Amino acid sequence: MANNVEVKEIKYTAKDFASDQEVRWCPGCGDYSILAQVQRTFPEIIDRPKENIVWVSGIGCSSRFPYYMNTYGFHGIHGRAPAIATGVKLANPNLSVWVASGDGDLLSIGGNHFIHACRKNIDLKILMFNNRIYGLTKGQYSPTSEKGKVTKTTPYGSVDYPFNPPMLALGAEASFIARSIDRHPKHLQEMIRRAGLHKGTAFIEIFQNCNIFNDGAFSLLTEKETKDDHVLELVHGQPMIFGKNKDKGIKLDGMTPMVVDLTTGKYSKDDLWVHDEFDPNPARTAILAMFDETPGFPTPIGIFRQITKETYDEGLFRQIEEVKKKKGEGDLEKILFSGNVWEVN
Amino acid sequence: METDKEKELLQLKEVTIRFAGDSGDGMQLTGTQFSETTAWVGNDLNTLPDYPAEIRAPAGTIYGVSGFQLHFSSEDIHTPGDQPDVLVAMNPAALKKNLPELKKGGMIIVNSDSFDIKNLNLAHYESNPLEDGSLDGYQVYQVPISSLTANALEGVKLSPKEVSRAKNFFALGLMYWLFNRPIDNTVKWIHEKFAKNPEYIEGNERALRAGYNYGEMTELFTARYTVEPAKLPKGTYRSISGNEATALGFLAASVKSGLPLFLGSYPITPASEIIQYLSTYKNFGVKTFQAEDEIAGITTAIGASFAGNLAITSTSGPGLALKTEAIGLAVMTELPLIIIDVQRGGPSTGLPTKTEQADLLQAVCGRNGEAPVVVVAAATPSDCFNMAIEASRIAIKYMTPVILLTDGYIANGSEPWKIPHANELPDIPVKFRTEKEGFYPYLRDENLARPWAIPGTPELEHRIGGLEKSDIYGNVSYDPDNHHKMVTLRAKKIKNIENDIPLLEVEGEQSGELLVVGWGGTYGAIKEAVNKARAQGYKVSQAHFRYINPFPKNTEQVLRSFNKILIPEINLGQLARLIKSEFLIDVQQFNVVRGLPLRVADIVDQIIKTLGGNNGK
Ligand SMILES: Cc1ncc(C[n+]2csc(CCOP(=O)(O)OP(=O)(O)O)c2C)c(N)n1
Ligand code: SF4
Repeated sequence: MANNVEVKEIKYTAKDFASDQEVRWCPGCGDYSILAQVQRTFPEIIDRPKENIVWVSGIGCSSRFPYYMNTYGFHGIHGRAPAIATGVKLANPNLSVWVASGDGDLLSIGGNHFIHACRKNIDLKILMFNNRIYGLTKGQYSPTSEKGKVTKTTPYGSVDYPFNPPMLALGAEASFIARSIDRHPKHLQEMIRRAGLHKGTAFIEIFQNCNIFNDGAFSLLTEKETKDDHVLELVHGQPMIFGKNKDKGIKLDGMTPMVVDLTTGKYSKDDLWVHDEFDPNPARTAILAMFDETPGFPTPIGIFRQITKETYDEGLFRQIEEVKKKKGEGDLEKILFSGNVWEVN
Repeated sequence: METDKEKELLQLKEVTIRFAGDSGDGMQLTGTQFSETTAWVGNDLNTLPDYPAEIRAPAGTIYGVSGFQLHFSSEDIHTPGDQPDVLVAMNPAALKKNLPELKKGGMIIVNSDSFDIKNLNLAHYESNPLEDGSLDGYQVYQVPISSLTANALEGVKLSPKEVSRAKNFFALGLMYWLFNRPIDNTVKWIHEKFAKNPEYIEGNERALRAGYNYGEMTELFTARYTVEPAKLPKGTYRSISGNEATALGFLAASVKSGLPLFLGSYPITPASEIIQYLSTYKNFGVKTFQAEDEIAGITTAIGASFAGNLAITSTSGPGLALKTEAIGLAVMTELPLIIIDVQRGGPSTGLPTKTEQADLLQAVCGRNGEAPVVVVAAATPSDCFNMAIEASRIAIKYMTPVILLTDGYIANGSEPWKIPHANELPDIPVKFRTEKEGFYPYLRDENLARPWAIPGTPELEHRIGGLEKSDIYGNVSYDPDNHHKMVTLRAKKIKNIENDIPLLEVEGEQSGELLVVGWGGTYGAIKEAVNKARAQGYKVSQAHFRYINPFPKNTEQVLRSFNKILIPEINLGQLARLIKSEFLIDVQQFNVVRGLPLRVADIVDQIIKTLGGNNGK
């Protein structure tokens, strides 16, 4: 990839990334935290002048995000942010391109673009604000709402199954998959930082509280009393331990995960599954992603997987260079006069 | 050679030939090769490939018939010809399907080997037309093409199936002899095409030569025909199809604007060739993105335009329908973008391989809200090149989406093209905004265009999107008066482009009784019809739209200079509707929606009818 961005001393602060627009989310909305963590992290991870950052979004509450960032921004149409962002990146590979999207935006109307961006490994950072509801259209269920969810369009409870976003991204072979929570600022910052450093499609699912239409959807994961027993923080190279007193662990028995008690003396830390972010085998990542759907298992947050492969943009520009080398720089006159030409005198 | 002298060489002014056979018979290839050679010997020509939507329909069936018609002449011509003079029918189905179109008394050359019971049944013939007298009145030549090809290829290491496939080259060779064209072009082509496969080279070349020699040796034909080169303007020529010209036009626009070309597209007949051609220009830095669907095709292009590329998206009718919402976004964000619609038969999936002109209203009006875009339409295959450059020029200068309409007929059809030199093509000026002083994203220049400030430009960070923008500042705005103002400004910007496009030209008398008005790919048929009517003494003129939104500035004045207006279209009156509503002028319509180009003779009849037979006096 052509990486000829002029290197200049860049010292940004969070403030440099705040635009002059008034932020208009509902008071108490989880989106505020996400915005703050992005603005806090950017001075650390932005390795190029600020004018080379672009935020692209679709439609939804979360998709107002670009207005609040003092970078280049594009508020698109519903579901199409990954495609618009792809065009931006391919037009100018020196840009750092970020997508802000909601669960409805990215997985419902935009599902097709999302999986294809992952498949092609386009160098985009996709932040999906998951509140398991449609916020902007005032409270209909979304493709991540749990089965049986009562909303305005499902007064008797929804009958469809939700998407499992990390699993979907994995199925599309995304090269970076992570999850975090709006109410876990330090963790969220770390995920944003890591996504920013990744080359290729980086997908972060961020649990986000919509206090108006789906308040408390993640309270088990965010409230003091319950969170330790329900959240598993994945740390590379570390055994999977959780619980208030670090008393529970995950053991992998063949391909079957088990929650084990570390207090009975039967199992110790050494018996536990040690997390490997860089595991190229998707099977274990899939097991992790399925925890959410297995009763008694904690919800993993952190980096599920990170692998390295050529990005689409790298491939595209590599090929252009190769063809130029082989055929020589394009010559319009030559192309116009190619083929079966004849003279009329 | 002795035999040659015995056969008379008859001079013709023009000929229309239709090659027809099973979809597996290689008729498109035969037609293309005949066209290439015919162009090369200097005739003017025009072609109409006509193939089924099925890739390989069951052999021998009527719906599996593939045809290629070409019209060539020693004079200037504009259509693929209404009715063929010569029909080459490789099997009974091809004969059955095409006979009704053949001119009375026309020439039929059949592969007599294929007229067996099985094929006759498949074509629903009750008796053999070669024997039952039903072809009386035509000049029928029965040539056992299959067995002659097999004889000629004896000893070549090819399977029986491959031998049988070479029969199209035999037919081509025979037609080259009959119409006095050289075979060298095709021989060269065979050698290039099958460079890796010496058996194919030998087989096909032998078949071609055998066909040619058969013409010379057989007693069947008593005459050969020749069509003298046309008097085309001096220059270097090539034969070009509309899709190829479109691709080249955008390549030229990219070079002339200095902007990298980005195409986001999803394959659809008959537009796919555009992305295929552009994909081969990688060494120009052209970026072709085969998207997951047409919405991604256009939205990637919008992203690329935002980031400073010359961005285009190509499609056909159903794809244009899918792109609708995104076109609105491009209108709102005021970014340059070109949407190419190679129209085909509709509605819905319609007639995917056939031509039509029925997306005009979709192009002009088909969006939510007040969303004006520029609409231009190419008139002939080679005009696609000019209009691609024009569309790019307008999109960039006015920061607006432009829809370029072509259609299946001109996209696939070809004609000789006098090639312009790269340095004769005008530069397309581009000004990216770089100065910070006084920058606002929706400040407008003298053309009402907003600044193109691309990501990567220091200190011009700004945000755009589909929500209504405040005038000048570009912040999201729900202010009622601002919305009215912006709606009006966007409309005015497009309307003003009328000052920057050529006036509507009238071919023929500048005023009078009847003006025949068309747009897009019907140019040739209308022109030929008007010429024919004039030759018969009728006073009739022609005007043709290549710019439709906005219309050329003098449109109303031109239309009002004639007592009657006739608008032939391959739809149910879409241009007619626009003209009537825009200018409150009464028009007469002529609409035939058969998935085929309009027939010259039908338009001539219509002209005469409209004039009430009084020669326009
Ligand atoms: C083509 C189209 N269809 C529907 C809508 C209406 N719409 C706007 S946002 C939205 C859902 C947003 O949900 P989500 O992505 O979860 O975002 P949130 O508002 O919860 O942040 C819908 C259906 C639209 N704007 N455009
Ligand atoms: S509706 Fe929900 S998601 Fe939207 S701004 Fe309000 S709290 Fe946030």
